[in-house]
Amino acid sequence: MKLIFDKSIAGRRGVRPVKEELASRADFPEHMLRKRPAELPELAEIDVVRHFTTLSQKNFGVDSGFYPLGSCTMKYNPKVCERVVRYPGFFDLHPLLPQLPSGQTLVEGALEVLYEMDMMLQEICGMAGFTLQPLAGAHGELTGTMIMAAYHRDRGAKKTIMLIPDSGHGTNPASAAIAGFDVKTIPSDDRGLMSMKALKEALDDSVAGLMLTCPNTLGLFNSRVKDICRLIHDVDGLVYCDGANMNAMLGVCRPGDVGFDIVHVNLHKTFATPHGGGGPGSGPVGVVERLLDFLPISVVRKADDGSFYLDYNLPKSIGYVAPFYGSFGVILKAFAYLRMLGGEGLRRVSQNAVLNANYVRKKLEPYFDLPFPQLCKHECVFSATRQKKNGVAAMDIAKALIERGFHPPTIYFPLTVKEAMMIEPTETESKETLDHFIDAMIDISQQADSDPRAVKRCPTNTPVGRLDEVRAARNPDVASVASVASPASAASLPGESING
Amino acid sequence: MPFIPNTNLQRIQMLAEMGLDEDGLFADIPAEMRCKGMNLPEPLAEQELRNLMSALAGRNRTDLISFLGGGFYDHFTPAALDAILSRSEFYTAYTPYQPEISQGTLQAMYEYQSAICRLTEMEVANASVYDGGTAIYEAIMMAMRVTGRRRVIVDQTVNPIYRKMIRSYTHNLGIELVETRPQNGRARRSEILDNLRVETAAVVLQNPNFFGMIDDFTDVAEMTAQHGALSIVSCYPISLGILKTPGEMGVDIVTGEGQSLGLGLSFGGPYLGFMATRKKYMRKMPGRISGRTVDEQGRDGFVMTLQAREQHIRREKATSNICTNQNLCALTALTYLSLLGKQGLREVAQSCADKTGYAKQRLLQVPGVRLKYPDRWHFNEFVLELPARADQVIRRLLQRGVAAGFPLAAYYPDMEMSLLVALTEKRSKADIDFFAHVLEISL
Repeated sequence: MKLIFDKSIAGRRGVRPVKEELASRADFPEHMLRKRPAELPELAEIDVVRHFTTLSQKNFGVDSGFYPLGSCTMKYNPKVCERVVRYPGFFDLHPLLPQLPSGQTLVEGALEVLYEMDMMLQEICGMAGFTLQPLAGAHGELTGTMIMAAYHRDRGAKKTIMLIPDSGHGTNPASAAIAGFDVKTIPSDDRGLMSMKALKEALDDSVAGLMLTCPNTLGLFNSRVKDICRLIHDVDGLVYCDGANMNAMLGVCRPGDVGFDIVHVNLHKTFATPHGGGGPGSGPVGVVERLLDFLPISVVRKADDGSFYLDYNLPKSIGYVAPFYGSFGVILKAFAYLRMLGGEGLRRVSQNAVLNANYVRKKLEPYFDLPFPQLCKHECVFSATRQKKNGVAAMDIAKALIERGFHPPTIYFPLTVKEAMMIEPTETESKETLDHFIDAMIDISQQADSDPRAVKRCPTNTPVGRLDEVRAARNPDVASVASVASPASAASLPGESING
Repeated sequence: MPFIPNTNLQRIQMLAEMGLDEDGLFADIPAEMRCKGMNLPEPLAEQELRNLMSALAGRNRTDLISFLGGGFYDHFTPAALDAILSRSEFYTAYTPYQPEISQGTLQAMYEYQSAICRLTEMEVANASVYDGGTAIYEAIMMAMRVTGRRRVIVDQTVNPIYRKMIRSYTHNLGIELVETRPQNGRARRSEILDNLRVETAAVVLQNPNFFGMIDDFTDVAEMTAQHGALSIVSCYPISLGILKTPGEMGVDIVTGEGQSLGLGLSFGGPYLGFMATRKKYMRKMPGRISGRTVDEQGRDGFVMTLQAREQHIRREKATSNICTNQNLCALTALTYLSLLGKQGLREVAQSCADKTGYAKQRLLQVPGVRLKYPDRWHFNEFVLELPARADQVIRRLLQRGVAAGFPLAAYYPDMEMSLLVALTEKRSKADIDFFAHVLEISL
């Protein structure tokens, strides 16, 4: 399909900005102006609408069909949440208003949302306070590890090591490194959980903390998590809960109650805000009492008279991690979702998420290798090793699912499972949908035996087939820029690619 | 239960097929670790929720005639933008891990990257980072990887909020941050040059700067390069509709806040950090990148590429911990730029600048009011020097329904009388006249 730039017709206009006659005009000297206009497309409104509508039809979203992408919690995103963020009182609200003199009275509704959201997350996670500022899950991890660094520095402790199990998300070690820590990887044991033996061997005074995903990336709950927290606390370390998988334990188990010191939750996973094709997300971070002083600036508080205000006077704070108060539009949607569900609704979320995951696990167990066959939480991880013997890899199974109208599971993660296929159905899927998916998986497993080449040809019914990723990386073409060299081409010649 | 389709009967069937009961689903969580319930507000029906949300929205003042900017601007957004963005195939998808069913997202990412390159006249762009502040931080980290040096110069005309963010992020990394002081509201070349003499990785500037002043950084980019450092310029994308581009100035890394490209102010987010650089630094750039390639039949298609830089492969050695982009916000910016087009963006930029010219002229007619930096050009924002404390004036004008601007003393303590005033195409001549009128009677 043509790029939008290549559809451009010289002289065609889209949306026309307002024109107003003014007594004076800006008068910039020639050398401060750009030499030629930015080569943006020249299109009518209908051209632009059709272009993007056609693009959207080449996408698969949760609204299109089952999307069991493990570790990503692709649950349904309620439509009413999309509507409330467009209310002008939220959408048009300038973030600097509360920084004007007595400006906090100008944004009372917004501050109340932030304050109440903080309160609800505290209750859900068993923590003493939250910052809503982190702009994504990985950003939450960075904020959390920066809080760890500030805490240890404040106590005069020289702690340099961050422990991370080998099954952790790649963002864990990357975030810890940026917060200034050296990462030490702890291997898993034969049950898929972090090896207690290796953990104990790694413990000494240099350990700043441990980052643990709970339940872990195999969808397993580590019943020794309380002991693990105690071991880390014994060396004056802090325990970070990567709450990416909170959808498994809402109302069942709270990170704060079992000994975690810091937790981040992903509003775009657990609390139903849309993933947006890869963002924007939101990754609020909660901490226990002794870490409250280190939360980022600012913090929303409630005054004795019931009004809300922003507290900037936080001398021990790690400082600013976001320009303002977080991804407010995303927070609003999660707030709306929580207000519709309430405590009992949230408990039912996790019960149904776990039910659905175990149902898929049980039904597919006869057909695919299941390296860790115990009860799972919100997701289950199969391996395609059996099918691989016929040359059918996890990647091929993923493509065969696409052929059958499903979004594939997460594949090749966690790294601790060969040919991993990580399936997270979420609670918003019905038994009928799960049964269709299960039938498709069984069909693929049978085809992998009878006609493996047919599986490897998939998908055949998509706008493009399997793409050459090696070529993309070796000879990157990452932008179409108008040829700027010759003035004659300034009108609307097709773009020229940048080849690196 | 809301948003859970399975009936109780179905649940019972499913449990029976698995030979489990409800409690058995959580048998792996010891009783001592179970929580005793959560005390959350009672659930609301959709109608009740909408009433609650409109009541909350109603307690935010978006009815003011606003001249508040500071890097975040109230631009007009066309209805077609909303229509396109409400396509749920875009917003309910995730990261395009499976390119065959994500060509919509991947092509849009590629087009967004191209649009940013065309706007800034740079060679390559990533698919976005969180916001304008984190974009500068990522650019600094990138400059350190390229140069192998750990000293960074940030001019004080860079948005003070971003400078605070940079300070937080670099705190644990043994980076030496130096802030250079401006002269007459613009970056002072001699001070930057003095500081460049020591092993410096990057010089960070902003255009137009926080005081609204436009600059030509060709000379700074040149002297920065001569000292083996990289120049980083954070810019306001609307201004690039008419102003000299960072590409033409020879800047190494361009960043900026993309909020003005069709995103709501939304009380601080979600926003969009854009980032572009030269081809030779492409593999040192952080963040998602979409690339064009072909399938087995030779058809054009797009994939996420250069992933060897990223955290899921490199873990603690990655170029950044960033895991996604601000994809929907990037799509918004691309759609906005496409709807306005080549001519429309120019007109929006010119309109902002014209209204700024008019506002300066009109406000200077108010007795006692002068421009703080009269000898330079302003794009859409300028600093007024008032005959009274800016915070007091702002307070009085708020009572008359005008948000007059931002009091600079909040970030520059010696600028108590200074008011930062912003214009966009949305402010009418009548708004400006009214502002001048109430300012005059409030002084």
